[in-house]
Amino acid sequence: MSEDILLIVIKVAVLIVILLTVVAYTVYVERRIMARMQSRIGPNRVGPFGLLQPLADILKLIFKEDLTPAGADKVTYFLAPALAAITGLAAFAVIPFGNTIDLFGIKVNLFIADINVGLLYLFAMSSLAVYGIVLAGWSSNNKYSLLGGVRSSAQMISYELPLGLALVSVVLAAGSLSLGDIVKAQANLWFIVQQPLSFVIYFICAIAETNRAPFDLPEAETELIAGYHTEYSSLKWALFFLAEYMAVITVSATAVTIFFGGWQGPFLPGWLWFVIKLSGFIFFFTWMRATLPRLRFDQLMRLGWKVLLPLAALNLVVIAGLVAAMGG
Amino acid sequence: MLSDYLPILIMLVAASAIGIGGAVISWVAGPKQPSANKAMAYESGMIPVGTARIRFPVKFYLVAMLFIIFDVEIVFFYPWAVVYKQLHLFGFVEMLVFIGVFAVGYIYIWKKGALDWK
Amino acid sequence: MPDLSNLPYEQAIFYLVSALAVGCALAMILSKNAVHAALFMVANFGLVAVLYLLLRASFIATIQVIVYAGAIMVLFLFVIMMLNVQEADPRSSRGPQDRLFTLGSLAPLLGLGLLGALAYVALGVKQPAATSGGLVFANIQDVGALLFTRYLYPFEITSLLLLVAMIGAVVLAKRR
Repeated sequence: MSEDILLIVIKVAVLIVILLTVVAYTVYVERRIMARMQSRIGPNRVGPFGLLQPLADILKLIFKEDLTPAGADKVTYFLAPALAAITGLAAFAVIPFGNTIDLFGIKVNLFIADINVGLLYLFAMSSLAVYGIVLAGWSSNNKYSLLGGVRSSAQMISYELPLGLALVSVVLAAGSLSLGDIVKAQANLWFIVQQPLSFVIYFICAIAETNRAPFDLPEAETELIAGYHTEYSSLKWALFFLAEYMAVITVSATAVTIFFGGWQGPFLPGWLWFVIKLSGFIFFFTWMRATLPRLRFDQLMRLGWKVLLPLAALNLVVIAGLVAAMGG
Repeated sequence: MLSDYLPILIMLVAASAIGIGGAVISWVAGPKQPSANKAMAYESGMIPVGTARIRFPVKFYLVAMLFIIFDVEIVFFYPWAVVYKQLHLFGFVEMLVFIGVFAVGYIYIWKKGALDWK
Repeated sequence: MPDLSNLPYEQAIFYLVSALAVGCALAMILSKNAVHAALFMVANFGLVAVLYLLLRASFIATIQVIVYAGAIMVLFLFVIMMLNVQEADPRSSRGPQDRLFTLGSLAPLLGLGLLGALAYVALGVKQPAATSGGLVFANIQDVGALLFTRYLYPFEITSLLLLVAMIGAVVLAKRR
C-alpha cells in the first residue's frame, strides 16, 4: 500500500459517483428490459430513448414533500433510510474491479481496499443491512411496514447462513479471505467450474438477501402494500431504492469476483471484463424479476432452512474431502 | 496494516454523506404542507384499524435465536478454511466431528418442528 | 499517506474511539426508548470493533460486527418489538439517576466490584512495553493455526455448547 491519501479520497469520490450513476441506469435499463419482456414500451419520453429518465425521476423526488407519519419514531424514521444506503454503498469498498492501471504516470489500484478479511467485511456489511429495513418498518408506525420489516429481516438472516457456508468452500480452495487473493487464485480455473454447487447456493441466497424477485416478499404489494417503506416519500424513499440496487450490484460484483475470475480475462482491460460480467448478472436479475412468481413465506423459510442450509453443509464437507484427498 | 483500513474509513464517511445528505436534502427542498390526513398511517386509503404496534408470532424470535447459533458456527469455519491446506486430513476429521455434533442438533430442531412455518 | 501505525496517531484514534464507545454505552443505559438503547448498543459494538482493529485483531473485529451487531442485536430488536416495550413508565422513574439506583441495590454493588477488579488489574499487572506497529498477531491465519491445533478440545467442546443452546432455544420457544 503506497497510495497517497489524496488519491484514495479521489478514488472514493469517483467510485461513489460511478456507483450512483450505475444504480440510476440499472433502474432505467431494468424498466426498459422489463417493458420489452412484457410487450410494453417503457420510459422513452425524456431525452433520446428516455435516457434522461433517471435524472428526471431524481429531480422530481427531491422536490416531493417529505412526510413523517403521526406517531412515528422521528429519529429512527430519519436514520433508517440513511443506514440502508450507507451499508449498501460501503460494502463495495473491498471489491477489486480491475487490475492496477497507469493513469498519468501514477499507478492506481482499482479497488478501494484489499484487507485480509475482505470477505468477512462484505459479510458484516450485509448483516448490518438488516437494520435499515427493520428500523424503517418499526419506526413508521404502520402495521404493514412493521410486518414487512420483520419478514424481511427474518428472510435476510435465514439466507445469510447458507450464503456464509457456500463462501467457506471457496475460502477453502483459495486459502485466503482477501478478495484480491481470491481473484488471483482463479487465474487458471474459475471457481464456478470447480464448485458449481457453491455458486448456485450462493446466488440463490444472494437474491434473497437483496429482497428481489422471486424473494421480494417484504414488498408483496398484494398483502403488505409496499412493505417496510410504505410510509416513506421523496429522497428518503429513493435511498431505499439506492440500497436495494446497490445490494444487487454488490452481490453481483461479489459473484463475479468469487466465482467468475473477477476482472481477469483475455485481450480486454480488466475493468472492462469486470463491467461485462457485472452487466450479465444485472441482466439476469431483471430477467428473473420478469419471469418468476413470488414465493410464499412458508416456502421461503422451508427452502432456506430445510434445503439450502443442509445442502450447503454437505457441499462443504464434500469439497473439504476432495481438497484433503488431493493432498491439500 | 492499520493503514489498509483508512480507505474503508474514507468510504464509510463518503457513504454516510450520501445517506444522511439524501435524507436532509429531501427535508429541506420539499414543500411542507402537513395535514392530519397525510400524517395518517397508509392502509390503502382506509382509516387505520387498531394500533400499529402489533405483536407478532414467537416464530420470528425462534428464527433469530437459531440464526445466532448457526452464525457462530459458521464463523468458526472461516479460520478453519484459511488454514485447511496446512491441516491436511487432520483438519478434515476435526471439522467432521464439529459438523457431526451440529447435525445432531439440526435433526433435533427439525424433528421438533422448529423449522416448520405454519 | 500518514502511517496510522505510528504511536501518536494510534493513541489519538484509541482515545477518540474509546471515548465514543463509553459515550454510546452511557447513552444506551440512559435512553428511555428501548429501541434507541439497542441502537446505541449497536454503535458501541461497532466502536469496540475498531478497538480490536487497533489491536491488529482484524478477524475478531469483523466477528464482533457479524455476530454481536449483526446477529445478537437483531434478536434483541425482535424481542423489544415483540414485547411491544413502550417508553419507561413515567411514574416509576423521574430522572435518569433515579432509575439507575432503583434497579436494585445490587447493580451499583456489582458495578463497584467490576471497577475494583479493573483497578486491581490495571495497577497490579506490569505494563508491557509500548509497541509501535510491526506487531502483527491475531491474524485470521494465526487464529486458525492455534484454534485447530493447540486449542482443539475447547473448540470441539464449543460445538457441544452450541448444541445445548440450540436445544434450549427450541425448548423455550416451543413451550405453549
